[in-house]
Amino acid sequence: MIVAERKPMAEIIGMVKDCKKVLVLACRGCVTVCSAGGEREAEILASLIRLGMKKDGKKVEITIGSLVRQCDREYIDEIDQWKGQYDAVVSTACGVGVNFISNLRKDTMVYPALNTTFFGGSAEQGEWTEQCAGCGNCILHLTGGLCPVARCAKSLMNGPCGGSVEGKCEINKDVECVWQSIHDRLGSFDRAAQMEVITPIRDWSTAGHGGPRKTVRDDLTV
Amino acid sequence: MSFDPAITLFSCHYTSQQSCAEEGKELQQLGFPSTINLVRVPCTGKLQVTTLLQAFEDGADGVYVVGCPEDGCHNVKGSARAAKRVAAVRAALEELGVEGERVEMYHLPRGLHPEFVEKGKEMDSRIRDLGPSPF
Repeated sequence: MIVAERKPMAEIIGMVKDCKKVLVLACRGCVTVCSAGGEREAEILASLIRLGMKKDGKKVEITIGSLVRQCDREYIDEIDQWKGQYDAVVSTACGVGVNFISNLRKDTMVYPALNTTFFGGSAEQGEWTEQCAGCGNCILHLTGGLCPVARCAKSLMNGPCGGSVEGKCEINKDVECVWQSIHDRLGSFDRAAQMEVITPIRDWSTAGHGGPRKTVRDDLTV
Repeated sequence: MSFDPAITLFSCHYTSQQSCAEEGKELQQLGFPSTINLVRVPCTGKLQVTTLLQAFEDGADGVYVVGCPEDGCHNVKGSARAAKRVAAVRAALEELGVEGERVEMYHLPRGLHPEFVEKGKEMDSRIRDLGPSPF
């Protein structure tokens, strides 16, 4: 899922300080699952905006809404049900949602309530870790299913580096050295020799270094 | 500046059961501050962050929660969950530039113990010192 976390309140209050009416718009997709921008978090944010504005001597009327997702045109169209009820939208979706509203609603000012952080998973309740960098050229079949692009601090293709100590990364003793894990995992399948194959210099053009990426599925377009 | 604060207390059913007996008369006799509005909830673990924030929106100068001892919650983890939510509200208040001490969590034994009254007095005194809510 896309993982995100709420921006500092001072930043959010600064965005809406001149607004009289605000639509706090939750997303029921990834950010609901990672407890950053679902309906519950939108209610909390609405309350904090009201309190923060009141503290500054301002009154704001807040409407709370939610969409199934904020990354599809048909759901964005549902914003029209709140037409006239807001000066600006504060979206608790990831950055995709904020961009989509901006793309599709030219008259709507939309502000991000979240910092979108990474593609990750939750192995423990209340804890999320980065697992994928969305680099567009997956090599997990070569690395025992563990991603060095996302999980190695240097995104090394031929690891580990000299900073790997007892399975931990030199940047932080709480961070695993993913290349040690790759070695151990390949070894458990009797494929540790794969580590000796030198991976050539990587082409990063699929990772956004060639500009914004786009996927077109001709079989789905009519 | 002296003022009479408005304090909202959310207390778990089990912790406050005896305190509320006879419409709280015994509680009053023991000197429990009249500034505190006691709201009983089935379990403090059911309290949401929004419930605590709403109390501030409704005009409370201070808000506190009294739940079971951490290692003896009737609902196992209810009071531990409440403590986490109180901590979240405290952090949010501080983000807004408001004293985090305006919200507090206490874990107290069941029944009408002196601590229940003491903590009430403690909150009353603290909020009087802090002054009216900036909200």
